[in-house]
Amino acid sequence: MTAPPPPPAATPAAATPAVVEVADVAFSYGVDEVLRGVSFAVADGEFVALAGPNGSGKSTLLRLLLGLLAPARGEITLLGAPPGRLAEPWRIGYVPQRTVVPEGLPATVTEVVAAGRLARRGWRRRLTRGDREAVEHAMESVAVADLSDRRLHELSGGQQQRVLIARALVTDPDLLILDEPVAGVDTESQALFRDALVHLGTEHGAAVLLVSHEFGAVAEDLDRVLVLRRGAIAFDGPPADLVASGVSLGVHAHDLPVWLEGGT
Amino acid sequence: MLASLALPWPFDREYMQLALLAGVVVGGTAPLIGTFLVQKRLSLLGDGLGHLAFAGVAAGIAFDVWPVWTALIASVAGAVAIEWLRTRGHAAGDLALALFFYSGIAAGVVITGLAGSLDASTLRYLFGSILTVEASDALTIAILGAVVVAVVVVVWRALLAIVVDEEAARVAGFPVDGLNLLLAAMAAVTIVTGMRVVGLLLVAALMVLPVGAAQRVASSFRSTLVVASAIGAGSAVAGLAAARQWALAPGATIVLVAAGSFLATAVVAQVRR
Repeated sequence: MTAPPPPPAATPAAATPAVVEVADVAFSYGVDEVLRGVSFAVADGEFVALAGPNGSGKSTLLRLLLGLLAPARGEITLLGAPPGRLAEPWRIGYVPQRTVVPEGLPATVTEVVAAGRLARRGWRRRLTRGDREAVEHAMESVAVADLSDRRLHELSGGQQQRVLIARALVTDPDLLILDEPVAGVDTESQALFRDALVHLGTEHGAAVLLVSHEFGAVAEDLDRVLVLRRGAIAFDGPPADLVASGVSLGVHAHDLPVWLEGGT
Repeated sequence: MLASLALPWPFDREYMQLALLAGVVVGGTAPLIGTFLVQKRLSLLGDGLGHLAFAGVAAGIAFDVWPVWTALIASVAGAVAIEWLRTRGHAAGDLALALFFYSGIAAGVVITGLAGSLDASTLRYLFGSILTVEASDALTIAILGAVVVAVVVVVWRALLAIVVDEEAARVAGFPVDGLNLLLAAMAAVTIVTGMRVVGLLLVAALMVLPVGAAQRVASSFRSTLVVASAIGAGSAVAGLAAARQWALAPGATIVLVAAGSFLATAVVAQVRR
């Protein structure tokens, strides 16, 4: 594969400190080597997708980035600190797969988003008027403000997903990490989701790392795509170069990345 | 202490007024902790801690120490141990519970057997004895209840963040292990608070049944806490009144009223649908 030339207008990588830096990271479950020497960086304000088929090591890499696992070798820094060691952890917003929310939870949309804001305020403190405004703003930015008094589990999958995004956005993070955010989400929610991510990038200058094998509505907004395959980076470049590189994103070796074809 | 209060029947006598105070405190505070346990699928934690507290009560009676202290020590230590086993992945939540559940009651029986004290004083803690609550008991119950309320008022939103998604809460910097431990410790305190009222075998019911009722009718998490607390306190009042009217076992009657409210909201929710 040939490394794509950097776009002419881009700031040189050295000038903007990397928001995410992964250097030669390896990880094994027992004898099963899941990641073997993965290196990449995400710059300030960049919108990057980390793709790869099931079993490529994507989920393990995500857990390493979140500090839920520790690498066997190599180094990871997020906003200048190792995962889980950041003095202000709320600067990283994390959107899990929506399946994690317990069924029957009586919490409303506002309560879930406000609980996210507490990460920035401090867990023993009370929310201030400014915090409540931030909660309102986050709900508006993903178009769930009109659902604010509804219970989370009454909402559709796409609506729940947007609430979890609002919960991650509410701390005004510098880096947003999303795990399979568009899997099984309706097209209206995908479009709103795209607007929210683009808004976050342009208004707040936050970097976004999307861990997914489908990109839905955001495909055209990505700055870069990283493809993980069998525990190593198989492609790192702008999405337009991906087809030419011959690296596919599918579960099977010859699947074409449908989202790049347009028109679907 | 409350002798001069002029309350209407059935709370016109001092023993009924002390029972009312103890019952309302326990009925009102147990569901506050239970709301979080139910969401975390740990509804039976209270039961396991109750069995451990029995070992503590038995030790207290055997060694002539106030059983509230020994029960508190046994159940808080058990809560910490269960939480440790659960989070380290040494045992699944329900298996860790089973271990303590049965060891607790077995240890209690062995200790009471050795001390020859399997009599009314022990049964009082197993099945509750709300009508013999004295002013000093009522004061202890009120203080422990106040601790539980104060903790919940401060940390409910942080605990909600953990209930929604423990992993995301950890990533966001919430002290997840510490807060889980605090919740388990508060569950242990609640058990000890309730043991004189409904007994160690039934106190966990007051942590869970009002919550089951409340989450069907309440519109938010915060209102679930408030409604569950109100249903728990209301069950205590109604249960005591019924117990006096028909000479029923008061602790068990309170639990039956709470169970009735759970069934009633289930029926109402079904009809509404």
